[in-house]
Amino acid sequence: MTAAAGLAVDSAAKPPAFWVPFLKDAVLAALVAVLLALPLVGLQTYDIGGGALGIRTHFDWVAIGGAAVFAGRLALRVLQQLYRTRPTGRARVLISIAAWGNRQALPITLLGIGFAVALPFLPFSSRYLIDLGTTVLIYVMLGWGLNVVVGLAGLLDLGYVAFYAVGAYTFGLLARDLDFTFWEALPFSGLVAASFGVVLGFPVLRLRGDYLAIVTLGFGEIIRIVLLNWAPVTGGPNGIGGIPRPSFFGLHFARSAPEGVATFHQFFGLEFSPDHRVIFLYFVILAMALLTNAFTLRIRQLPIGRAWEALREDEVACRALGINPTTVKLSAFAIGAMFGGFAGCFFATRQGFISPESFTFIESATILAIVVLGGMGSQLGVVLAAVLLVSLPEFGRAFAEFRMLIFGAAMVGVMVWRPRGLIAHREPTLRLGSSR
Amino acid sequence: MSPVPLLAVENLTMCFGGLVAVDNISFTAYRGEITAIIGPNGAGKTTVFNCLTGFYRPSAGRLAVHKDGEILQLERIEGFRIVRRAGIARTFQNIRLFAGMTVLENLIVAQHNPLMKASVFSLAGLLGLPRYRAAERAAVERARHWLDRIGLTDRADWLAAALPYGAQRRLEIARALCTGPALLCLDEPAAGLNPRESAELNDLLLGVRDEEQIGILLIEHDMSVVMGISDHVIVLDYGRKIADGTPAEVRADPEVIKAYLGEDEIDNAAEEAPLRPLAGREGGARANGAAA
Repeated sequence: MTAAAGLAVDSAAKPPAFWVPFLKDAVLAALVAVLLALPLVGLQTYDIGGGALGIRTHFDWVAIGGAAVFAGRLALRVLQQLYRTRPTGRARVLISIAAWGNRQALPITLLGIGFAVALPFLPFSSRYLIDLGTTVLIYVMLGWGLNVVVGLAGLLDLGYVAFYAVGAYTFGLLARDLDFTFWEALPFSGLVAASFGVVLGFPVLRLRGDYLAIVTLGFGEIIRIVLLNWAPVTGGPNGIGGIPRPSFFGLHFARSAPEGVATFHQFFGLEFSPDHRVIFLYFVILAMALLTNAFTLRIRQLPIGRAWEALREDEVACRALGINPTTVKLSAFAIGAMFGGFAGCFFATRQGFISPESFTFIESATILAIVVLGGMGSQLGVVLAAVLLVSLPEFGRAFAEFRMLIFGAAMVGVMVWRPRGLIAHREPTLRLGSSR
Repeated sequence: MSPVPLLAVENLTMCFGGLVAVDNISFTAYRGEITAIIGPNGAGKTTVFNCLTGFYRPSAGRLAVHKDGEILQLERIEGFRIVRRAGIARTFQNIRLFAGMTVLENLIVAQHNPLMKASVFSLAGLLGLPRYRAAERAAVERARHWLDRIGLTDRADWLAAALPYGAQRRLEIARALCTGPALLCLDEPAAGLNPRESAELNDLLLGVRDEEQIGILLIEHDMSVVMGISDHVIVLDYGRKIADGTPAEVRADPEVIKAYLGEDEIDNAAEEAPLRPLAGREGGARANGAAA
């Protein structure tokens, strides 16, 4: 009898095999997938002629989808189980990779800059690639600008595209009405955008987090709607066209120039090629982006930069230490907006045409995604995320309508595996050791 | 040592709607002395601190700081300017460090105002002018002095959040000291410390008082700290001051015993009880006269 009782206890205490809950989980996931797919994929309408619709069934597709979800879910759980049993090995690998990355930060940066400079001259380079590189660099610059506001000062800004638009329209209007060139308009674009940053900053001084996000979102939309409706000045939905291209120290990029104006290819005795301008634009934005980076890296180590980060960490403590939160916040908004304005000015000269279409909320969302995905406050992370976010949809063109799906899946993947962004490491602004 | 008055609080009252959190309190804190404010939970101690450091604007009363021969009215100074103008620094009941920054950076941020001045709208800083470099070196030296003092020099480059609890408390005190205050307000600095850490804290505070010749205002529940190092104890209960004196005097005060131990203990001496609230108020009035 004791033996029987012992046996009973034994069988009751024995946990079910580890794969039983996995199987249950996978079946459940497959069931949900089938239920969803049944009306969406299983039934398809088609034209039977005469304008009437017939229904075609595709239950085989539903079955395939269900089976795929089942297998995928099961595989995911099993993989998780395997990794959970041996977490130290995986963690050690990740830590060693991160440590190597930190030690090699300077070589990696130099390599990246070297590659960016050499890109137009590499054998596999093409006009398409340089155009793509220019677009990526615009987003890198916007990301670095927004990084000041969101990453350093911790002020969630969902309307950053407004400053991009202000910069672009400042140049557009100056060029149309006052015949400004790109280089003449560039400082004004930054200045006007910075003023708009202060204008936005004042009403939101007391707001944080979600509330701040909503107000900035509204601000972005206000700017776009004003541009759309103030037709006598902004051209409304027709935008502003004929924006001048930048010149290379007064040399124009054109096949032929009017009397008394030199062209780039004549001056250097080159064969005319439309690629010259594309490559020049690429180098202009590269230089602007690198300047933005150098400025941000430097100002991070100054009292104002440290005050931004302190404000992000704890506003109450900042007040208690005698830091004026108003000026600190406004300076972050102004400097972030200034870089947005510079990027907008470049965008206008590159496109030659601007309209409110280019400054929708999706742009703000993309720039914010670049900052968050890259790792808040990380300059290198912004570059990685911009390359990923801008070029992934481009390279996904082969998959036609699935490219946004792949894009979304990649973003979810990054956030699952690196929840604090691609590069979550923060370098201290000064060390006691270094000053010894 | 004749004490120099540093802070004179006169008839301070703070109301939140109908609730009177601080009711007509007056006291004086002296340079080179540790003044403790004690009282049961909800007595209004932290509210007094928030009025002093500009987080609340008092409903009534005067907060006068004697600095370099002139008298500053704290209630007229904008909150964040109090550190620089009046030299009052504080710590918080729940530690408020810049958790994502290093220990050293916490101490450098505390010196924001002099560094900002040296960086001339960040221009001198951006260009790396010698004037700014010198100011930064001085700031690091000052930070190192306090790091040595609290024993965290070898952990200067750690994230503040990575420090153990007791070290975070000490770092917050060092951060407040880095602002170069005349009056240091500490809100429960010994909360959560073990007896050994409490003893170290006592030594630190006594050392700071004597070396820097600054005033320390201390809110504390840990009686070993209060009775061990205070020169002067003020007892609050329900927003009113019920006692004011040396630790020994306060400990013997029946009003204080009543506030801490409850009404029942006093019932044994019922015939004396009706007089006591009056006596408390008289005590308050005497202090007012002294401060004015």
